[in-house]
Amino acid sequence: MTDISLPERLRGAEPVRSIRTFARLEYAYTPGRAASRFLNQVTNKRLVGQRCPVCEKVYVPPRGSCPTDGVPTEDEVELGQSGTIVSFCVVNVPFMANLMEIPYVGALIQLDGADIPIMHLIQEVPYDQVHMGMRVEAVWLPDDEIGPTLESIVHFRPNGEPDAPYESYKDNA
Amino acid sequence: MAEEILEAPNVVEYPFSRTTGPVVGAFLTALREGFVVGIKAADGSVIVPPVEYDPFTAEALTEIVEVADAGEVVSWAWVAEPLADQPLDRPFAWALIKLDGADTPMVHAVDTGGDPAGISTGSRVVARWRPPKPAGSDEPGPGLAEDPNPPRAYREGHILDIECFVPEAS
Ligand SMILES: [Zn+2]
Repeated sequence: MTDISLPERLRGAEPVRSIRTFARLEYAYTPGRAASRFLNQVTNKRLVGQRCPVCEKVYVPPRGSCPTDGVPTEDEVELGQSGTIVSFCVVNVPFMANLMEIPYVGALIQLDGADIPIMHLIQEVPYDQVHMGMRVEAVWLPDDEIGPTLESIVHFRPNGEPDAPYESYKDNA
Repeated sequence: MAEEILEAPNVVEYPFSRTTGPVVGAFLTALREGFVVGIKAADGSVIVPPVEYDPFTAEALTEIVEVADAGEVVSWAWVAEPLADQPLDRPFAWALIKLDGADTPMVHAVDTGGDPAGISTGSRVVARWRPPKPAGSDEPGPGLAEDPNPPRAYREGHILDIECFVPEAS
């Protein structure tokens, strides 16, 4: 690269060495009927899953059918506002558009009454104290800021209960 | 009660940063300085924008040369309804423009004031440059901007340092 010859006007100019090339994809996302029902209930601070009539598993957010049995899930089940951490990740890598202070913890939380976990943020506890089985509760945005999105829950925090027994979440651990 | 089916914008964005190397870097540096360069190919022709290797012999190319900022429309396509983030927000043409002194055409936008009759194959166009960055300006450079499509007020080493091409005054 040292043998590149430049026209007079470029010699001595501070060379451009890198550029930002953003790739941006804009989608209009629709969650469909089942998840729309779920999100519309979030607006009322309710977490509502759906039970499979065959395997009796409760899915949240519901997709409208059971992926195992292939049947519609129409039976709605209101879930608890608390749940159990079944898995978690301590995030040490900052990235753009994410203003979280690192390290922070993202966790899979099995809400009481649900058979599969949702992913959410864990706060109000030192990151190195987060563990499987920890009982946590939803912290909601102020009422006037709540909308049909899981971001209406700011984060989950320990609810003070003793750890859940492993048996209660072993299928998701 | 009728069910409300939701819809929301979902934007996926990859904030790539690319190193330019000495050849493309020279092209972008020249744009920032307000002129256009190409590179001499093995057969003596001038390729604009410059490429690192000869398209026929694959040998490394090294001789950066200046070309004009005006040239001839080789081919073009009319954009009747510009999309967000395109160079112009009124109807314009994407054109292959062979700059004087170049042997290959490059793509850029041509602003005819919204009139498709203002461009034709063989018509002459000239670059409309953004102003140079004033000394001491704290406008972010291309490596610093967090906004994916920052307003490009000044030349900063980017293909849009040429805002667009316009028909040459006859
Ligand atoms: Zn099932």
